[in-house]
Amino acid sequence: MLTDPRLMLLSPGDSVYVLRDQIAAQEAVMVDGVAVSFPQPLGLGHKIARLAVPEGQKVIKYGAPIGRASRAIAPGDHVHLHNLVSDYTPTYALNTGEA
Amino acid sequence: MRGWPRSDGRKGIRNVVAVAYLVECAHHVAREVAAVDRDNAHVIGFPGCFPNAYAQKMMERLCTHPNVGAVLLVSLGCESFNRQQVEAVVRATGRPVKVLVIQNTGGTRSTIAAGRDWVAQQVAALAVAPTVPMAISDLIVGTVCGGSDGTSGITGNPAAGIAFDKLVAAGAACIFEETGELIGCEAIMESRAATPALAAELRASVEKAARYYATLGYGSFASGNADGGLTTIEEKSLGAYMKSGQSVISGLIKPGDIPPKGGLYLMDVVPDGEVRFGFPNISDNAEIVEMMASGAHCTLFVTGRGSVVGSALAPVIKIAANPHMYARLSEDMDVNAGRVLDGTASLEEVGQEIYDMVISLASGTRSKSEELGHQEFILTYKSFEPIGPACLPV
Repeated sequence: MLTDPRLMLLSPGDSVYVLRDQIAAQEAVMVDGVAVSFPQPLGLGHKIARLAVPEGQKVIKYGAPIGRASRAIAPGDHVHLHNLVSDYTPTYALNTGEA
Repeated sequence: MRGWPRSDGRKGIRNVVAVAYLVECAHHVAREVAAVDRDNAHVIGFPGCFPNAYAQKMMERLCTHPNVGAVLLVSLGCESFNRQQVEAVVRATGRPVKVLVIQNTGGTRSTIAAGRDWVAQQVAALAVAPTVPMAISDLIVGTVCGGSDGTSGITGNPAAGIAFDKLVAAGAACIFEETGELIGCEAIMESRAATPALAAELRASVEKAARYYATLGYGSFASGNADGGLTTIEEKSLGAYMKSGQSVISGLIKPGDIPPKGGLYLMDVVPDGEVRFGFPNISDNAEIVEMMASGAHCTLFVTGRGSVVGSALAPVIKIAANPHMYARLSEDMDVNAGRVLDGTASLEEVGQEIYDMVISLASGTRSKSEELGHQEFILTYKSFEPIGPACLPV
């Protein structure tokens, strides 16, 4: 299935892709054959879901858990503070509008 | 490579005068003394007025760091720091050392004048000190990441890890650290330990960090990390962990413990005992200072958001993980690891570039932060128990 070359898969079982370049607001990005877009620009290094993750289940990156879904995540979703939380300590963020 | 030989067998890649204030009240005088020759006189110090065994050990190690050729201690006079002891430790290594007590020297202006005279004499002597050939196995190299973002763990950190693998293979001692940024990596890290007993120590050090930060209520995670696409401490940790490369982990050390031989070492930087004195590492330079206290000749600093710091005493190589940041801050960056993302370089090529830059630094080339005069330094209160016998199995 076609995936945008700007999306990197770091490890075969990962639930997320990582952006290797920034994308503009409303710009179409192909995720396993499905076009998605976002209301805000996303910077490189941000994560887009590859697999569905039910609420409470682990999100996998680098082949290892990076926390759990705080709400259900669907393929193509931006994965960040609004849907992923740490299993250790909460994340402090001053301003998440900037990407 | 060439180095300045020291009486303990180590060799320095720089030969500077350390101007050390022993309480914040002496900081201004120390800074003014060092201003006479900022390239060759570097300010370090401890701001606290009250005694702390960790700070004492750190200052003793830093004043006898292989890159230091002479030491001026600047005391106000009434602080608790044991200046006689640090003076004796430095003198025992054969380095020139002088103590100036402001309260006994006539005050600010008189102490600055006396300090500058002494520093100028030392710089002149150090400039003609002989050097000896230096091997990679004489080197201790540290690594930190700061201002991390979602690119750090993909480009700069794994490239630093490749450089570490090459340095370890050539006999150097390499130190990675910040156990608070290895939370979530316990399982993969312990599988790389030289012995099962060391594996247990590595796991325990990260569990201690997780407990410590849980008590504080925050992870080792800054707001800019989230802006850069990192969401959780364990995600940041997995990226940070890439700096360690793939070598066997030879030991676990604490700040001020000097690696006994070549190999890869984890530094446990989270204090022992109940939570005291606040955050373990309040900013990136606190980590660099601790690795210098363990003998690091230089530090590989990977940054995604764009840190500009260097360090007193030991040069810092700045590795840009994010190509967009590199374009904005290239005047501060030594290496552009962001090339991995646009396909213009492989991780292996960037790792080799970092390795070559370490050799070049140890041959006298100056890094960007050195050229720019960055000499940041910070040391605060902490408390540690000594490491156990399982921590250095070989």
